[in-house]
Amino acid sequence: MPDLGLNVLLKGKNMQRLLSGLWTAMRISLIAVAISMPLGILLGVLMTKKNPVVRAVLRVYLEFIRIMPQMVLLFLVFFGTTGAFGWNLSGELSSIIVFSLWGTAEMSDLVRGALISIPKHQYESSEALGLSRSQTFAYVIIPQTVRRLIPLSINLITRMIKTTSLVLMIGVVEVLKVAQQIIEANRMASPNAAFGIYLTVFLLYFIVCWPISMLARRLEKKWKD
Amino acid sequence: MDITDNKENMTEAPVLLSVRGLVKSFDGKTVLDGIDLDVRQGEVVVIVGPSGCGKSTLLRCINALEPIQGGEVLLDGQKIEKDGKNLTAIRQKIGMVFQSYDLFPHLTVLDNITLAPQKVQKRPRREAEEEAISLLKRVGLEGKAGSYPRELSGGQKQRVAIVRALILHPEVMLFDEVTAALDPEMVREVLDVILQLARQGRTMLIVTHEMQFARAIADRVIFLDEGHVLEDLPPERFFTEPGTERAKNFLHMFEFEAVR
Ligand SMILES: Nc1ncnc2c1ncn2[C@@H]1O[C@H](COP(=O)(O)OP(=O)(O)O)[C@@H](O)[C@H]1O
Ligand SMILES: [Mg+2]
Repeated sequence: MPDLGLNVLLKGKNMQRLLSGLWTAMRISLIAVAISMPLGILLGVLMTKKNPVVRAVLRVYLEFIRIMPQMVLLFLVFFGTTGAFGWNLSGELSSIIVFSLWGTAEMSDLVRGALISIPKHQYESSEALGLSRSQTFAYVIIPQTVRRLIPLSINLITRMIKTTSLVLMIGVVEVLKVAQQIIEANRMASPNAAFGIYLTVFLLYFIVCWPISMLARRLEKKWKD
Repeated sequence: MDITDNKENMTEAPVLLSVRGLVKSFDGKTVLDGIDLDVRQGEVVVIVGPSGCGKSTLLRCINALEPIQGGEVLLDGQKIEKDGKNLTAIRQKIGMVFQSYDLFPHLTVLDNITLAPQKVQKRPRREAEEEAISLLKRVGLEGKAGSYPRELSGGQKQRVAIVRALILHPEVMLFDEVTAALDPEMVREVLDVILQLARQGRTMLIVTHEMQFARAIADRVIFLDEGHVLEDLPPERFFTEPGTERAKNFLHMFEFEAVR
């Protein structure tokens, strides 16, 4: 069996360090998700309103966030704000801000899409049965929207988790950064460690994201019309 | 059928639904230009006319799904207004079935039917479900109570939609081309349900392109074109000697299809 350098993992606190790096990545994504979901729902609902100014502003926001590579956004918030406003944001805070901005934009688009995909007839047949506007939303529109939305937003969450691997670029010590540090420190003793360590990182991401993806797929199947 | 027996005293039955001088326009384009129409208790009125003449719009205005630009619609002498405060109460008296299948896809057949009785009429679930089951039996769907709409054929969906309207005990039923989107072999099962309702003496306003059905079920046929009621005749007269050239041409289209 080739030497994958897995023994390096057992050296010192290496495995613990990797896990704590993973936790840093998770913390950033969880906080960003917690901020993005409600804000995204709010903006998504606003995007379906008739007010042209509100819609235009939200559209520009969404396009801007989408066009920018996440890395550029990270640099913009982390380095850019220091230069422009003299702020000294930590890498982790900058990451949370960027991921929240991104998650909110993507989520609002998902919410908007789910809302406008409900046919007009659903509103009308509900109202023709005498349901009020708010009853129509509560019993007819929102349940259908949620069913469409949940699998999509779960996929968004896994994308957000995976993309946190970029935050090492602004000095946040997350799992990938820890992996690099370990490989670097053991370059002499175990020159082959890179493969084993990165494989471990892969497995860690897999263990976190796979159950979430499976959940999304199951819900999607269950609620398919 | 003994519908004809009822027709004798139709002229004495009280007017249930009254449309007076109804004007409806979309962005300045007038679609309905002063419609007058009285429907008496127990009467079956069939509305026909070329595509786009405003048949659906008329039904939608009656149910206040569309705001109107002039005239009024009265049910039991009560005015129906889009933003009126008694709209919910009045809408329960009007049952409507649309052309497209409009069941709620996330609810079972039973829940589709019992949603409005529970939430709008505040009836207990048990009682609503019992009535739902007995109505489903009447349309031959008692086995489908637990199914989801996606598991039903088009004809079955429309029968459920009819039951969903009936359970609110409406005083008048509006049908908008309910068989137009169905495969031909399913048309009959839906029309039979509507015929059954006619036999029970229900007041109905029916838009349809099924001319034989119209002839069989109607007490009066209304021909709508260019925003006006051009004909208002008993079916025998309308189908044999309509008064206007437009109605003749309209009927001719169907004959042409029949010959082919
Ligand atoms: N929401 C709407 N906005 C603009 N025009 C409409 C709308 N609904 C219907 N119309 C127009 O009103 C006319 C009548 O439509 P409709 O009542 O659907 O006709 P029918 O049911 O007799 O085929 C058509 O010319 C149609 O284009
Ligand atoms: Mg129509």
